[in-house]
Amino acid sequence: MGILAWTWILVGLSFALYIGIAIWARAGSSKEFYVAGGGVPPILNGMATAADWMSAASFISLAGIVSFTGYDGSVYLMGWTGGYVLLALLLAPYLRKFGKFTVPDFIGDRYYSNTARIVAVIAALIVSFTYVAGQMRGVGIVFSRYLEVDIDTGVYIGMVIVLFYAVLGGMKGITYTQVAQYCVLIFAFMVPAIFISFQMTGNPIPQLGFGGSGEDGVYLLDKLDGLSQQLGFHEYTSGSKSMIDVFAITTALMVGTAGLPHVIVRFFTVPRVKDARISAGWALLFIAILYTTVPAVAVFARIKLIETVSNAEYSELPEWFGNWEKTGLLKFDDKNADGVVQYVADKATNELTIDRDIMVLANPEIAQLPNWVIALVGAGGLAAALSTAAGLLLVIASSISHDLIKKIVNPKISEKGELMAARISAAVAVAVAGYFGINPPGFVAAVVALAFGLAAASFFPAILLGIFDKRMNKEGAISGMIIGLSLMFFYMAKYKLHWIGDPTVDTAENWWFGISPEGFGTVAMLVNFVVSLVVSRLTPEPPKEVQDIVEHIRIPSGAGEAGSH
Amino acid sequence: MKAYWKENLGYLAILLSVWFLVSYVFGILLVDQLNTIKFGGFKLGFWFAQQGSMYVFVILIFVYVRLMNKLDKKYGVDE
Repeated sequence: MGILAWTWILVGLSFALYIGIAIWARAGSSKEFYVAGGGVPPILNGMATAADWMSAASFISLAGIVSFTGYDGSVYLMGWTGGYVLLALLLAPYLRKFGKFTVPDFIGDRYYSNTARIVAVIAALIVSFTYVAGQMRGVGIVFSRYLEVDIDTGVYIGMVIVLFYAVLGGMKGITYTQVAQYCVLIFAFMVPAIFISFQMTGNPIPQLGFGGSGEDGVYLLDKLDGLSQQLGFHEYTSGSKSMIDVFAITTALMVGTAGLPHVIVRFFTVPRVKDARISAGWALLFIAILYTTVPAVAVFARIKLIETVSNAEYSELPEWFGNWEKTGLLKFDDKNADGVVQYVADKATNELTIDRDIMVLANPEIAQLPNWVIALVGAGGLAAALSTAAGLLLVIASSISHDLIKKIVNPKISEKGELMAARISAAVAVAVAGYFGINPPGFVAAVVALAFGLAAASFFPAILLGIFDKRMNKEGAISGMIIGLSLMFFYMAKYKLHWIGDPTVDTAENWWFGISPEGFGTVAMLVNFVVSLVVSRLTPEPPKEVQDIVEHIRIPSGAGEAGSH
Repeated sequence: MKAYWKENLGYLAILLSVWFLVSYVFGILLVDQLNTIKFGGFKLGFWFAQQGSMYVFVILIFVYVRLMNKLDKKYGVDE
């Protein structure tokens, strides 16, 4: 059976599964819609969190990024896993004890202020929308590559599926489909990785395999260091970024992860405080299975690719090369017209342009794996993109129906009315996200990575201080969030988007402290902390009942159900 | 409850020090020094940055869960 037939079968089966689950897990109340009724078992919540977390970018692009940047790619590996330690130790248990539905709920109540709530809602919407637009685009791209439809059609199909289970099922539907999606995506990622590891090193465990050696007895990493230098790239196992920038980017990603509303909200769905703690552990374990495999895949794929194409006769290249040339992911330009592929770092003589996504997408073909394995990667990529999109859409929907409508505009809205408002908001959010997926504004790709910086600069300090600093008041938290967020925006606009300032002056040489926009969230977060602490000490302390809330959330017992107090 | 909170903060300080050590110190600040040590095909600093730190992160959370469950029992605040 061909790749296309296999893909239709596997994607069709997985979609039928998701829709089946959505019908079974319909939300009947606003509580089920926002936090799945608060009754999700921790291990399932861990799986759902992992699927929610790992987007199309983790699944498709990450191995490629590491493959092309070597050591520098470590910032994503450490950054996107280390944040869970912060989440588990510093935020999740206390937020679960607090027991509400959303992050703005916590900010609004802890800082006894609707201004704080509105600032939090705006920050949540900005972070989630920048992130979700990229996901819908990802859905379209995966569809177009594997099912040979155009990208826009792919986005429409993705919208219909997400609409179906997010609007119908709310958090409850999303949680249980995410559990299924995790299983699909991890299977799809691991099967080719294990095959290739065994093929190249004789060790089926990729995490160990990439420290091993191939048939020639040379360690793979040494071989890759050698190959990279021969072709003029930097040595694979050492980096090209400055140490301070690596430090800053890692911190921004870790702290941003801990501050992302769609991740935090997952910990409201478990019954008790101790369940929130352990489900963060499960989540990270399930994430780490993929994340520790990524650097192995990166090494295998890069060696295979270099060995296959470097200095090879163009006319004698294997069939997959032509297939991926058609998609535009591989481009060969025979500059010296000798019919041989020269793949080198020097831009003037390099003849091969490689899209980094190919490292995961084409890897099974390069390694000549069976057709069903190749098709599986498509189903896995879709699972990753859909699960993240759904989680984000839910945050957007609940920010509008719960934080804005119920808490600020119309507190008297009935339970039924609120559920209806949540469903309508979810539907509108899907439409808006789909629009951005079809007409991606040029800056989306650039901004997705910065969503972490925004979350780090706004939510993380406000939540952390809300728990660990009883003296923190609304004046401190609000000014910290606004200044942190504005500073991050300013730096993005100046050095990344070039909306302000002079693009010829705003170059890497002039970054503040040598820190890139991706790492600047760390600076903005520190500024937020300092501003919050200073302002809070100069203004009146929070009222007694708020200080009692802080005492209360520090004790795990009596968490009760989310939203019941 | 002051004592409970203090012990909790003590655990956090220790666990977060380990978190900082394996990622920022071993994986970033001392990466060049550690890379001179090799085990198998891995340079140690590179291994911490792309493998070791993540294993330790997972272990840290499960250790934290154990410690806190015990602490909750000790102070009678478990459920």
